[in-house]
Amino acid sequence: MHQLLRTRVNDFAIKLGNVNGTGSASANSLLMQAIFRMGIPVSGKNLFPSNIQGLPTWYEIRVNKDGYTARALDYDLMVAMNSQTYAQDVAEVREGGYLLYDSTWPLDPHLCRDDITILGVPFSRMCNESFGESRERILMKNIAYAGTLVAMLDVDMGVVVQLLDEKFATKKAMRESNLKALKLGYDYAKETFACPLPFYLEKMDANGDKILIDGNTAAALGCLYAGATVAAWYPITPSTSIMDAFREFCETYRKDPATGENNYCVLQAEDELGAIGMVIGASWNGARAFTSTSGPGISLMNELLGLAYYAEIPAVVIDVQRVGPSTGMPTRTQQGDLMEAAYASHGDTKHILLFPSNPAECFEFAPKAFDLAERFQTPVFMMTDLDIGMNDWVVPRFHWDESYRPDRGRVLNAEQLSQMAKFQRYYNEDENFIAARTLPGVHPKGAFFTRGSGHNKFGGYTETPDEYQEVVDRLLKKHTAAAKFVPAPAVHTRPGARIGIITIGGCDPAVREAVDLLAARGIVADYMRIRGFPFDSGVEEFIMRHNYCFVVEQNRDAQLRSLLLLETAVPKDRLRSVLSYGGFPLSARHVVEPIITQVPTELVSKVPRTEESRRTVVSDTWE
Amino acid sequence: MPSIAKPIAVHPSLHRNAIGLNLRDYEGAMSTLCAGCGHDSITAALIRALWELSIEPHMIAKLSGIGCSSKTPTYFVNGAHGFNSAHGRMAAIATGANAANRELTYIGVSGDGDSLSIGLGHLCHAIRRNVKMLYVIENNGVYGLTKGQFSASADVGSKSKRGEANRMSPIDPAMLALSIGATFVARSFSGDKEQLVPILKAAIAHRGFALVDVISPCVTFNDHNGSTKSYLYTRKHMQRTTEADFVPPASEILATIGPSGTTTVTMHDGSVVRFSAVPKDYDPTDRRKVLNYLQENQSSIATGLLYVDETVANLHEMNGTPAAALWSLPYEKLCPGTAALRELQEDYR
Repeated sequence: MHQLLRTRVNDFAIKLGNVNGTGSASANSLLMQAIFRMGIPVSGKNLFPSNIQGLPTWYEIRVNKDGYTARALDYDLMVAMNSQTYAQDVAEVREGGYLLYDSTWPLDPHLCRDDITILGVPFSRMCNESFGESRERILMKNIAYAGTLVAMLDVDMGVVVQLLDEKFATKKAMRESNLKALKLGYDYAKETFACPLPFYLEKMDANGDKILIDGNTAAALGCLYAGATVAAWYPITPSTSIMDAFREFCETYRKDPATGENNYCVLQAEDELGAIGMVIGASWNGARAFTSTSGPGISLMNELLGLAYYAEIPAVVIDVQRVGPSTGMPTRTQQGDLMEAAYASHGDTKHILLFPSNPAECFEFAPKAFDLAERFQTPVFMMTDLDIGMNDWVVPRFHWDESYRPDRGRVLNAEQLSQMAKFQRYYNEDENFIAARTLPGVHPKGAFFTRGSGHNKFGGYTETPDEYQEVVDRLLKKHTAAAKFVPAPAVHTRPGARIGIITIGGCDPAVREAVDLLAARGIVADYMRIRGFPFDSGVEEFIMRHNYCFVVEQNRDAQLRSLLLLETAVPKDRLRSVLSYGGFPLSARHVVEPIITQVPTELVSKVPRTEESRRTVVSDTWE
Repeated sequence: MPSIAKPIAVHPSLHRNAIGLNLRDYEGAMSTLCAGCGHDSITAALIRALWELSIEPHMIAKLSGIGCSSKTPTYFVNGAHGFNSAHGRMAAIATGANAANRELTYIGVSGDGDSLSIGLGHLCHAIRRNVKMLYVIENNGVYGLTKGQFSASADVGSKSKRGEANRMSPIDPAMLALSIGATFVARSFSGDKEQLVPILKAAIAHRGFALVDVISPCVTFNDHNGSTKSYLYTRKHMQRTTEADFVPPASEILATIGPSGTTTVTMHDGSVVRFSAVPKDYDPTDRRKVLNYLQENQSSIATGLLYVDETVANLHEMNGTPAAALWSLPYEKLCPGTAALRELQEDYR
């Protein structure tokens, strides 16, 4: 018998290895949701294949009382339900950890490890004996292992039963089957093993005003609240669930109760070229319109994004990034579209980008994206990723400001037009270099010719150098002016820090944890999370305040660092890269190790930081 | 320059339409296409059709892609909203525009390169969605602006100006449209305004997507011996398959079904298309018969209103949208509000 892990409450990580398409997802999210309802900080990461049925899939749950919920790489418990990956799964358990397997079949002695505890439960046999229909036997095996984990980890059984009651409120037979399977796994564990394991759960009160939601659903909700009426898209992983959710929300909240009419129109396009074309057409006509896509879709949209930029038509694009190039790995996460989005299309183009870090910001930034697109009459990208978009995150409950009204930008109404001598489209710009636009059908004087070909400030066709340059120079000034309107960076400073760590998007939880871990090892760093492009002036100021900064991002080519070097005046040697781009969500370890090896000893403080500094940051809000 | 300012000279004797506008009010800038270009005749037919229908200019959205044909929205209805977009993408942009505002009259002008090659997918799907719009293909079998390459509508054996023969089979937009469920398909010839104007009017009155394929000879690159889209060839081979008049909603309907199978079709807005001549066994409301006819008469260019079906729902009807433009709905109608947000988040606990 090996040495047991020391007892730990609400601080561990488990990993579940399953076969895709066997129904494990519902068992895994049941566990995750139960832990969430127990008031404990928790995260779930779905590491799934591009496949409908048969390939390996994993789910990771990290529980951490201090609120560190980035992906953990040390697994205290592995639930190995997939024989194909058994060898790999056994190897990933941390020393002294546990492995749970289906003991219906004998365990290959070559796959055993002496430094872990291996626990077998005959899930298949129990389910085969208890359930008749073959599909049900497969599905219930998952609920059975969930039952075992409820016993092993001290998950609150009342909470689990409550969740099943809610889920199967109208499906009594399903509820009974699930309860039966749950009990099979639970009872077997209670009778056979010492439960709970040395690491287990205890109720907390950390999730009082929080919700458990994925970024795609949150983004869809943001678009609903923003007043979007036209949505056009082409199905693509990992963005598809945005439009699924948007349509569902619209069916509930956008059907006119009196007439039954739909106050929205969702168009499934023939391809992404069509999708962005529809968004541009609808925006030209004054609707708040958006598309959701991923990198391959952005590649196709490049052509018309240039049209929208040059003809100054609003467009909102939500890019749920996945691993590229080409088809890449569609079900894996990356931040590889930064450069592509920032400069999408041929010729001189620059776009506004927003970088939400979690579902709460997806909800918050969506209306902002529409406001900016309409204010600046240009495409705006909301850059999320698969980790944010498709995983469930615990985030503060969303709030809505009732006084919010869409910023439609400079749009002339019929009365204003009637008083004008002559309307000229790209003339008479305001302090942000934005000229007023008109919407078709509003007033005879508002009619003009929109074109992607060379035009002068009056909207007329031109091939004259000066007239062309006058317009594109204004476009550049307009883009620069947008820096004051994108969300400012989120900055956390520490006394005495001489280096900085910079990141974007879904890297946030891992980098926050890394900053604390580094502090505990004597490396004190300030933290900045960039939230918009063009960069707020605070971005350059932050960099210049430090000896140098590490830029943490999930792509091979250090795209955020490149963008910072191109778009600020900071010297190249002020920015160093920490890159992780294999396709899985970032872990603090991916950040800590490369930084420790690069920081010179004179910057490492003699007195390591204590637990206190950890808590300071964790208690921060998601501002 | 794609256009030259045109001096406006309005003679008091010019007729006015129902909203008090004369034909000149529907004109645009001076064309910069080659003298004798078929496209200019189509422009003239569009001007007449829109004037006769008394559509308010600013309630017209005229859209195009890229190419010679796509320049023409500049040449009609100055007072309309124009959108000269990107090569092949007009159908997609028009679909989105239409979704946002169903109150405008949508006129899409495209060419055979724009519609049958780079934008073929968008065209097919706009047809499937039955977007309410007039979609004109100014079809000359050739790429003009890039100086004379074959387009996808060039017939087998048709020769380029340099004498090279096309060997790939053509895409016939009318047959293609019929095969994927188009609800209005017509073909005409730019040199036959008498036929074209009523077709355009019927197309604008149509409930959904109206495809009008107009053979429009390119005088510079495709009007020689050996071309099957020249003025001479088209005049020789064109056959007026159906002859139809367009009767606006308010007018009295005189003709009913005639002895040779002629028929009337009541359009969605109450106007009527009155077929005065159709071949024996030809029914412009029977898709199978029309396809058979076109299949069997490929040696000639069948023109006229070939097919019409007013029973199919358009994009808005399929999506159940309100009569008002989506863009004009007040925000209060669109935002579910704070209480709904609080309540719906209970599902995420």
